[in-house]
Amino acid sequence: MKVFKTLLRRELGVCFGVLNGYVIVSAALFLVGVCFYDLVYRLNNQPTDMTLTEMFFFSWYFWLILLLSAPLITMRTFAHEKSTGTYEILMTAPVNDIQVLMSKFCGALFFHAIIWLPVFISMLLLRFYINNPLVVNITSIITTYFAVLMVGALYISIGCFGSALTRSQIVAGMVSFTLGMGIFMLSVNVLFVVPDPGPISLILAKVSLADYMRDCSRGILDSRPFIFLVTSTFLFLFLTWRVLEWRRWR
Amino acid sequence: MGDASKEWMIEVKGLTKRYGDFEAISNLNFTVKRGEILGLLGPNGAGKSTTLRILSTFLAATSGTAKVAGFDVFDESHEVRKRIGYMPENNPLYYDMRVYEYLKYRGRLKGLDARQSRDRAETVMKECDLEDVRRKMIRQLSLGYRQRVGLADALLSEPELIILDEPTLGLDPNQVRAARQLIKNLGGKHTVLISSHILHEIEMTCNRVLILNQGKILASDDTTHLQSVMGQSSRVVAEIKAPLEDLKFSLKNFEGLLAVDISAAEGDYYLCSLSFGAETADPREELYKMVVRNNWFLRELTISRPSLEDVFVHLTRKQQDEEEDEE
Repeated sequence: MKVFKTLLRRELGVCFGVLNGYVIVSAALFLVGVCFYDLVYRLNNQPTDMTLTEMFFFSWYFWLILLLSAPLITMRTFAHEKSTGTYEILMTAPVNDIQVLMSKFCGALFFHAIIWLPVFISMLLLRFYINNPLVVNITSIITTYFAVLMVGALYISIGCFGSALTRSQIVAGMVSFTLGMGIFMLSVNVLFVVPDPGPISLILAKVSLADYMRDCSRGILDSRPFIFLVTSTFLFLFLTWRVLEWRRWR
Repeated sequence: MGDASKEWMIEVKGLTKRYGDFEAISNLNFTVKRGEILGLLGPNGAGKSTTLRILSTFLAATSGTAKVAGFDVFDESHEVRKRIGYMPENNPLYYDMRVYEYLKYRGRLKGLDARQSRDRAETVMKECDLEDVRRKMIRQLSLGYRQRVGLADALLSEPELIILDEPTLGLDPNQVRAARQLIKNLGGKHTVLISSHILHEIEMTCNRVLILNQGKILASDDTTHLQSVMGQSSRVVAEIKAPLEDLKFSLKNFEGLLAVDISAAEGDYYLCSLSFGAETADPREELYKMVVRNNWFLRELTISRPSLEDVFVHLTRKQQDEEEDEE
């Protein structure tokens, strides 16, 4: 645990101690700010039956930030260490691959949580001004933030996997963006394309992140998508672990 | 751990590493005693770094076994890592950290508690002369200082085995001398494995040398013995003032002399270049007696043994010739 804490502290230091981290935070905050302004503007001018969190989830800002921020946060994790050679001193210290992997994953997830936190703080602040729980309610804010963390965990694990595959941060970013986009497109199919009744549409509905996000933004927590997200996250973490071990295969 | 591990720090048997069709190292067998300083010598691409990477547990060998302090580098890699300090080739470091902060971080990773890592960081900074730059970012340091940070990192946890891949690369002559002295001082207390293609460095630092070429061991012995068993002659240069014919006659009958070359030197002296076989002990005393016996004059008498460089060139050329013959 001591080693894990040391590694995690280092990872957080990398996120907040270098310019890249602040550039990502600034870009995300800018988009979040614009998004929030847009949502408040729409609440003032258009009649709607959706809650603020639901509107936020349906805005393209949400998916844009999610799809871009995860590869940007994670592309550095392993690829940078490999390209600079520090991976060799890290992996010859008395640490195991899982400690290294989990520290990088947790560090990136913490950074992801920090990026999204201002959105939900803004929503909570708005709650003080709008005393209508049909528009803004605290439960749906909390469940939406929880969903953002869960979906984020999956995207971060995909990013770690992409980064472990290569020495190039650009290639790592491209791999994780492509995989993330693929999962997003499955969700879009379910949401916006009317699916034909059949086994494929049934499977798509089961793996749809968009469905899960929509439920959470309404304050509903369903255990099935939660289990899907947790197992998918662990699948990508497991694959990353295998990639890390690959150098030691005979 | 068996009795063997008490004597041997490293035991390598049939170690082979292949990258596809390319064999980086081929069937290496060697042992290193505890407290010994062993130099891995070889040209670029000889397989030195691959060997060190396997011993440091970073890479797995394709076949064969390697043990460090009695622990298998593949099956018990965690135990091995606790016992080694490794400085890889090109000395990778976290450039975004300060020197003291980096050493404390590495100490924590190596299992030291907060106080120990602080104390050890202070000690190794003193040993490696890093106190002036302790608060500097590593990226701002010169190459020489960075090398010393890498060396300090390897010494941090007082490991039983210190593995250094090209440790003096980029150091200026004074720093090279200091690093060499530091490494020499480590011998006895720690086992040190150094890789280098700088022959002089290995000759000055190591008790024993392992010469690698194209992934194979060409020779493994202590540096002085290696020079003598290679069958290369020692060479004595003498400047003698004597009648030429008498000088030629006396030298012709000199015991153990293989070849002689006499040329005129300044002021009636003759410059004699004498080659002796490896089995001949130092011939200078006898040479001096010969001059005194004949009432001649002597103004220079020096001996030169083949350097490690001569041995290295001799061995690699021999291997090349053998390969050409096979073809």
